[in-house]
Amino acid sequence: MKRRDFVGLSGLAAGALFLPSFPGLGGNLVTPEQLLIPAADVALKKRLADAALNAAKSAGASYADVRIGRSLNQGIFTREKQVQNIQSTESYGAGVRVLANGTWGFASTNTVSEAGLAKAAQLAVQIAKANSKVQKEQVKLAPVKGHGEVSWKTPIQQNAFEVPIAQKVELLLGANAKAMDNGASFVNSALFQVNEQKYFASTDGSYIDQDIHRIWPTFSVTAIDRASGKFRSRQALSAPMGMGYEYLTPKAADKVAGPAGSDLVGYKNSYDILEDATAATKQVKQKLTAKSVTPGKYDLVLDPHHLGLTIHESVGHPTELDRVLGYEANYAGTSFATLEWRAKKQPYGSKLVNIVADKQQANSLGAVGFDDEGVKTKKWDLIKEGMLIDYQKIRDQAAMVGQNESDGCCYAQSWADVQFQRMPNVSLQPGKTKLSVDDMVKGVDKGIYIAGHGSFSIDQQRYNSQFGGQVFYEINKGKITGMLEDVAYQTNTLEFWNSCAAICDESDYRFSGFFNDGKGQPSQSSAVSHGSSTTRFNGVNVINTARKIG
Amino acid sequence: MPILSKDEAQTILKKVLSYSKADECTVTLQGRTRGNIRYARNNVSTAGATDNVSLVVESGFGKRSGVATCNEFDEATLRRCVQRAEEIARLAPEDPDYVPLLGPQQYLTPVSFAQTTANVTPDFRAKAAADSIALCQERKLTAAGYLEDGASFLAMRNSKGLEAYQQDTSLDFSVTVRTPDGTGSGYAVADFTDANKLDAKALTKIAADKAAGSVNAKAIEPGKYTVILEPAALVSDEGLLNNLMYSLDARSADEGRSFLSKKGGGNKLGQKLFDERITIYSDPLNTEAPGNVFDGNGLPTKRITWIEKGVMKNMYYSRFWAQKNNVAPTAFPSGFIMEGGTQTVQDMIKSTEKGILVTRLWYIRDVDPQTLLFTGLTRDGTFYIENGKIKHPVKNFRFNESPIIMLNNIEAIGKPQRLGGNLVPPLKIRDFTFTSLSDAV
Repeated sequence: MKRRDFVGLSGLAAGALFLPSFPGLGGNLVTPEQLLIPAADVALKKRLADAALNAAKSAGASYADVRIGRSLNQGIFTREKQVQNIQSTESYGAGVRVLANGTWGFASTNTVSEAGLAKAAQLAVQIAKANSKVQKEQVKLAPVKGHGEVSWKTPIQQNAFEVPIAQKVELLLGANAKAMDNGASFVNSALFQVNEQKYFASTDGSYIDQDIHRIWPTFSVTAIDRASGKFRSRQALSAPMGMGYEYLTPKAADKVAGPAGSDLVGYKNSYDILEDATAATKQVKQKLTAKSVTPGKYDLVLDPHHLGLTIHESVGHPTELDRVLGYEANYAGTSFATLEWRAKKQPYGSKLVNIVADKQQANSLGAVGFDDEGVKTKKWDLIKEGMLIDYQKIRDQAAMVGQNESDGCCYAQSWADVQFQRMPNVSLQPGKTKLSVDDMVKGVDKGIYIAGHGSFSIDQQRYNSQFGGQVFYEINKGKITGMLEDVAYQTNTLEFWNSCAAICDESDYRFSGFFNDGKGQPSQSSAVSHGSSTTRFNGVNVINTARKIG
Repeated sequence: MPILSKDEAQTILKKVLSYSKADECTVTLQGRTRGNIRYARNNVSTAGATDNVSLVVESGFGKRSGVATCNEFDEATLRRCVQRAEEIARLAPEDPDYVPLLGPQQYLTPVSFAQTTANVTPDFRAKAAADSIALCQERKLTAAGYLEDGASFLAMRNSKGLEAYQQDTSLDFSVTVRTPDGTGSGYAVADFTDANKLDAKALTKIAADKAAGSVNAKAIEPGKYTVILEPAALVSDEGLLNNLMYSLDARSADEGRSFLSKKGGGNKLGQKLFDERITIYSDPLNTEAPGNVFDGNGLPTKRITWIEKGVMKNMYYSRFWAQKNNVAPTAFPSGFIMEGGTQTVQDMIKSTEKGILVTRLWYIRDVDPQTLLFTGLTRDGTFYIENGKIKHPVKNFRFNESPIIMLNNIEAIGKPQRLGGNLVPPLKIRDFTFTSLSDAV
């Protein structure tokens, strides 16, 4: 416990304990109506940005960029029949980053005026010059051509902030009612909505206005057997998405049936929270009496919602160049996938494994037109036919690996934070030959089908990991034969990806994602999606997590 | 922004309260200044400073409440903020967990502020980083570290006469030292109320010694081992003991979804759940690890024992749950203190025939809330002990363990040290469960 956790288990936090970890709602609490007030016009933002850039150059900066940001968040929290909390927040300010004497400096301010931004720019230069005395390697920036005045917006159909609170509350309480009516002991549900309004300008000649939207509906259903004292929960199989409220209008075409005998439904670009809450309740009750797994080697069939987390931890993070180079050594760690390791040309995975980084993928959390240092976003290969091809890098890293182009994956969680390399969407490409989940299961003699993400943990160089899930089904001689409990698999990244034996085709492809991936000191949060189709991994070590505590 | 004094803060709060038209109103003013420096690869990578002061207004009409915040303090903004909280309250649904506001409370006098920390400058931070880097360069090692300091105040007032104020300072320093070839890694971490207590060089030396000593680690079979867990292996943002302390909520126990739930209903308050040598309490006036004298709801914190000689003595009761169960509410503490002995880690090593010394655990995640089972890994300095001596470094392990089981397998308890605002002793534990090996360094 740290004193900064002072608020501790009061109010919202206590309810949130039963939900997946949730992003903080930074900023000032405002009325929902205030979230609809338009941002400052572009002409004003350009004037403010120029004030910062000119002040930085006058103070001796060789390069400067400024981000004028307005972050809007809304979180609605409910349990059973009651609304626990509704929070609408707004945060508005600007961050100025400069290069002076070959060293970075950064300062931010919530005084969004020409004078305020100029002052922040001067402070950033002062900090850069002070730090340059301890700096031994000068920063080298990959060149970026100025884009002039451009804009980009998440292609949403319905702005979630325009939907009346009452309608959103009704939907969440409706999901809760489905759970309670079907025999849940408890249910918590929540809806998070984010709108980042970002204006970026730099001395390269870019003036970029972006309007980014994200949404995340989620719940946790709990069933309790009072007699035995056993309790189990099942969380939503929704994915946080880079979409508007249209995500919550279910479409039959977006539903993907799980394997026969599993009673599961996966969701693509729309989500049926009422259906999922009903199914979750049925499954959570089954979990109370499910067979405890026998530890051993199993062929695993992993659904995309589950696999996204494994991709995130065992491919997304180890291919971040700042980790590879040691910049995260004191916190998030380093990576096994060093430049030396890559030079050895050892396979990362089987030949079926093709993993791409993509900052443009429609409906994804990471989709933007330009990153937070003015680089146009793109898609690129990380792993091709099992071989590590490239890393994720930003402007000040490209030269370190003999390249001269940023990948466009620089991000700051807010105007108040310095931007740095963050994970783009990292996705496993679907199989090229037609393969359904049922056909995949038919080929498995002794296996486990896992859906949803549960417990997750990986070492600081991304070798050894352990993953749980939401629901587990035993596969025996090509058929699902029942639910299992107490399942976790432990694996080594390279062994795991090299055991990849089959990937379902594109018809099964969908997103998993995370609203709050943490990295950096002070820690920053970023949102990222991971696409995949259901995938088979052979001979993975499964442990039994049941314990007795008396 | 200067840290506002009690009088300055309460003057603002009185004014804000005077604008309220609600049945009930609570106003909270909090301010914080923070500075940081981060370095890696023996270079400063980023440095920054932020300060922020914000006002939170919570207005209530019957069982409906609304919250609004602002960080500007002119009269028009303050009035708007109060008005906004009242608008939100009128629109809010009734809260079934509503409890009336607290009246005036008696608080202890806090001891958690040191002017030295409030006065920390960028030069102070840069010197700490430079000292740490210099030591590593001399030894041909690579440093990555982070220093963050902060001063804050929190003032609260409500329409029932509650009035509270406290200040707080903290400085957190951590450093990871690695060998240039990446075959060794060591870690040290410390935090203080008083910045003058920081010795970045000494802490870096600990991490450097562990890094140099952990080269050429040998793989040994996973299984059940006697382990000596240093405080950094017990306490962190996600530490096993933190997780245990966060799990003492009475409501979830009574609802049947906690390790503290009893079969058939009720909770395990009063039951012996741990080794009788385990006593954990909170004390906001502890001079080594001082804490807050009131919590986020304005409840006074005072010395309270959570676990006494292995018996669950107290749990967290929110005001609502306390009222429902006719017991006193429990303020949520800002830290905890685990009683220990006088042994150092070195003493514990000397008395160990065979075991493993663990510097740090990381990426700790819950596996099963029913048994409070967690998984995670050792990191940055794991050593095999034989016949009272460190024999050689060993490869890192993944563990799957519950703090409940762990605190029933106590071999020895060392001298408590401050970490994360808590006081925690190193522990020697038998039968600690390592389930697999990791190649990570």
